Amino acid sequence: MRHIISLLLENEAGALARVASLFAARGYNIEALTVAPTEDDSVSRMTIVTCGDERIIEQITKQLNKLIDVIRLLDISESGHIERELMLLKVRAKASERDELKRLTDIFRGRIIDVTSQSYVIEMTGDSAKLDAFLANLAPSQIIEVVRSGPTGILRGERGLHL
Amino acid sequence: MDLSGAEIVVQALKDEGVEFIFGYPGGAVLHIYDALFGQEDVKHVLVRHEQGATHMADGYARATGKTGVVLATSGPGATNLVTGIATAYMDSIPMVILTGQVPTPVIGSDAFQECDTVGITRPCVKHNFLVKDRGELAETIKKAFYIASTGRPGPVLVDIPKDITDPNVKVPYHYPDSVSLRSYKPKVKGNPRQIKKATEMILSARRPMIYSGGGVVLGEAASELTELTRWLNFPITSTLMGLGAYPGSDRQFLGMLGMHGTYEANMAMHECDVLIAIGARFDDRVTGKLDEFCPYAKVIHIDVDPASIAKNVPVDIPIVGQVKPVLTDLISLLKSSGHQPNPEDLESWWARIEQWRSIECLRYDRKSTLIKPQYVIEQLWEITGGDAYVTSDVGQHQMWVAQYYHFEKPRRWINSGGLGTMGFGMPAAVGVKLAHPDADVVCVTGEASIQMCIQELSTALQYKAPIKIVNLNNRYMGMVRQWQEFTYESRYSHSYMDTIPDFVRLAEAYGHVGMRIEKPEEVRPALEEAFALKDRLVFLDFITDRTENVYPMVEAGKAQHQMRLPPWISTDRELA
Ligand SMILES: Cc1cc2nc3c(=O)[nH]c(=O)nc-3n(C[C@H](O)[C@H](O)[C@H](O)COP(=O)(O)OP(=O)(O)OC[C@H]3O[C@@H](n4cnc5c(N)ncnc54)[C@H](O)[C@@H]3O)c2cc1C
Ligand SMILES: Cc1ncc(C[n+]2csc(CCOP(=O)(O)OP(=O)(O)O)c2C)c(N)n1
Ligand SMILES: [Mg+2]
Repeated sequence: MRHIISLLLENEAGALARVASLFAARGYNIEALTVAPTEDDSVSRMTIVTCGDERIIEQITKQLNKLIDVIRLLDISESGHIERELMLLKVRAKASERDELKRLTDIFRGRIIDVTSQSYVIEMTGDSAKLDAFLANLAPSQIIEVVRSGPTGILRGERGLHL
Repeated sequence: MDLSGAEIVVQALKDEGVEFIFGYPGGAVLHIYDALFGQEDVKHVLVRHEQGATHMADGYARATGKTGVVLATSGPGATNLVTGIATAYMDSIPMVILTGQVPTPVIGSDAFQECDTVGITRPCVKHNFLVKDRGELAETIKKAFYIASTGRPGPVLVDIPKDITDPNVKVPYHYPDSVSLRSYKPKVKGNPRQIKKATEMILSARRPMIYSGGGVVLGEAASELTELTRWLNFPITSTLMGLGAYPGSDRQFLGMLGMHGTYEANMAMHECDVLIAIGARFDDRVTGKLDEFCPYAKVIHIDVDPASIAKNVPVDIPIVGQVKPVLTDLISLLKSSGHQPNPEDLESWWARIEQWRSIECLRYDRKSTLIKPQYVIEQLWEITGGDAYVTSDVGQHQMWVAQYYHFEKPRRWINSGGLGTMGFGMPAAVGVKLAHPDADVVCVTGEASIQMCIQELSTALQYKAPIKIVNLNNRYMGMVRQWQEFTYESRYSHSYMDTIPDFVRLAEAYGHVGMRIEKPEEVRPALEEAFALKDRLVFLDFITDRTENVYPMVEAGKAQHQMRLPPWISTDRELA
């Protein structure tokens, strides 16, 4: 099962390495990881996408909680949550292809943010499945470069993960 | 008060009440060594190898419950510590390690004796720090002691670049009385609702079993454990790490469980209907094949580390907290419940246990003309009145101590269980002896293990640590040879060395007393003579039966009740 674990951790050198080496040492899976400081710059927010059966996910959350740098942690995939990932995509866009690409981008609520005579840069956010779906509509030969941020997420409703 | 970084280190250790620091100098810590010079409050013990320092600090910590402290230089000094740090980590031993680092401006430039100490030790410490600002040095040291000694204890390393300890730069010194970390709040009390549920399960048990572990020793809860067990009249077993928390010679004690546990302990585990696990972590040496572990049992698990709970075995009632307050609450709730476990059920359960016990799985040949290692340990137990501090190395000899030296008190049995570090025993014994100079301190070892940290014999002389070394010399890496006999058709691949040193002369060369014992009738007199030499370290080299194996044994892949018993115990009595 795929899980999204949100962490608040001390914004200190080495904190990221501790999380990464925990996953490596214990043989856990990291599908994606994002991290950045929060409004309080002594704290970072990290989102980890991982997978495993119930027992493994329980151990992952417990072991993460044991790290001294981890302040708080929540498996947001266990409750109603919103998940977003940012994708920047550079595609070949010759004159003959431009209309079709523009229409497709609109359907997926993306934006074209850079244009040359031969290419577009498209910006798109959504859950990971939507980004996958968009990519599935392009021929591999059209794609010059794909940059995906990895998912971040937040709980629905008033409940939040904060200090 | 303004102090240099080096002075801050020493003053912080004093303010922390540190008695001993085990260390070895080098370039990156010379400022600190200079600050140590000429003061007596913190006694520095100069080891012969940094690994020895970690094991000494570890032995000191296990024997006292205080935090052991280590000091070493950057690069090779730091890397030499790794085995000892990992040893302490696996057994949850409180330790603070201070290492020197190259000066801040050259970190990352492959400077002389630079290594990424924080990176190398990250997976085997509870936490570590790199100090980048001398203004934070005192508080970081305080945090290190706090983290090392609270919650589930463990080693904490503080890496200090040389420029931070510069004697010419002084900053105001303040050592905080306490620190609090927003990200670290270990639990103390157990959840009352969970404890209530546990009492109900305990009172309804028909075939109960208490399985206690190192957490009871670490959490100073031996008397609570004993009170609980006696009040309930339940059978109790212990892991290797928990020995001594419950008196070893008591009728209710079934001996150690696990791979080399007793027949009665492992059978009772297998058949029990309620298992009360207290400060134990369901290690694979205990559970055997997981699918067949305690198949009929509901499990109550008390542990301060939530990650120990349900890691290997599903748990019905988890209780997260320190053993001592949890057991106190549990006992008072049980006593005030007005109920007791059903005495008839208990009586028939005990009757079964006595049957298992009657096969006497630890019997061995007492008429042999060779020295039996078990006999040496029994004699050691008698001569020391069961009250010595006994450390060990790793191998068969370690198991024989666990089986034949009946520890009555906690913190008397000091060994490396989790990592199984050969070389641990003798330096650990030195650390114990420094902590308890008037107590009998014995290191039981093997001719292979003792050679892994032999150089610390020199430290023992310098700091007057007259320990007794009982070398069960079977001319084999016995534990390896046993596995090869059982699972590799006796192909003894490299488990034998044919140039074993003359340990008597080796001990003498280091300034100690050496004795070689070759006949069973010499065993007792030799031990008596050695213990009479109060202020000398005595190395007793017992030439033992080299073919002896450790029984019972749960071989790899087998379930806990499928034990291999000694060939001289007939199995038809097994299930009589
Ligand atoms: C050659 C060899 C053979 C071995 N054979 C056996 C064997 O036959 N049987 C055996 O039992 N072991 C054996 N071992 C040891 C084994 O590898 C493990 O080290 C041991 O079983 C672990 O003991 P434990 O479960 O008590 O855990 P420990 O490692 O002592 O861990 C303690 C547990 O208690 C918790 N804890 C700590 N402090 C507290 C507190 N204050 N309050 C609450 N909880 C706390 C910790 O979180 C942890 O979960 C052998 C080792 C070697 C080297
Ligand atoms: C540092 C280290 N290396 C290897 C091992 C694997 N090992 C476990 S027991 C053992 C043999 C120990 O021999 P000895 O000290 O003579 O004890 P005996 O088993 O003969 O009593 C070995 C090599 C270990 N535990 N530690
Ligand atoms: Mg040997």
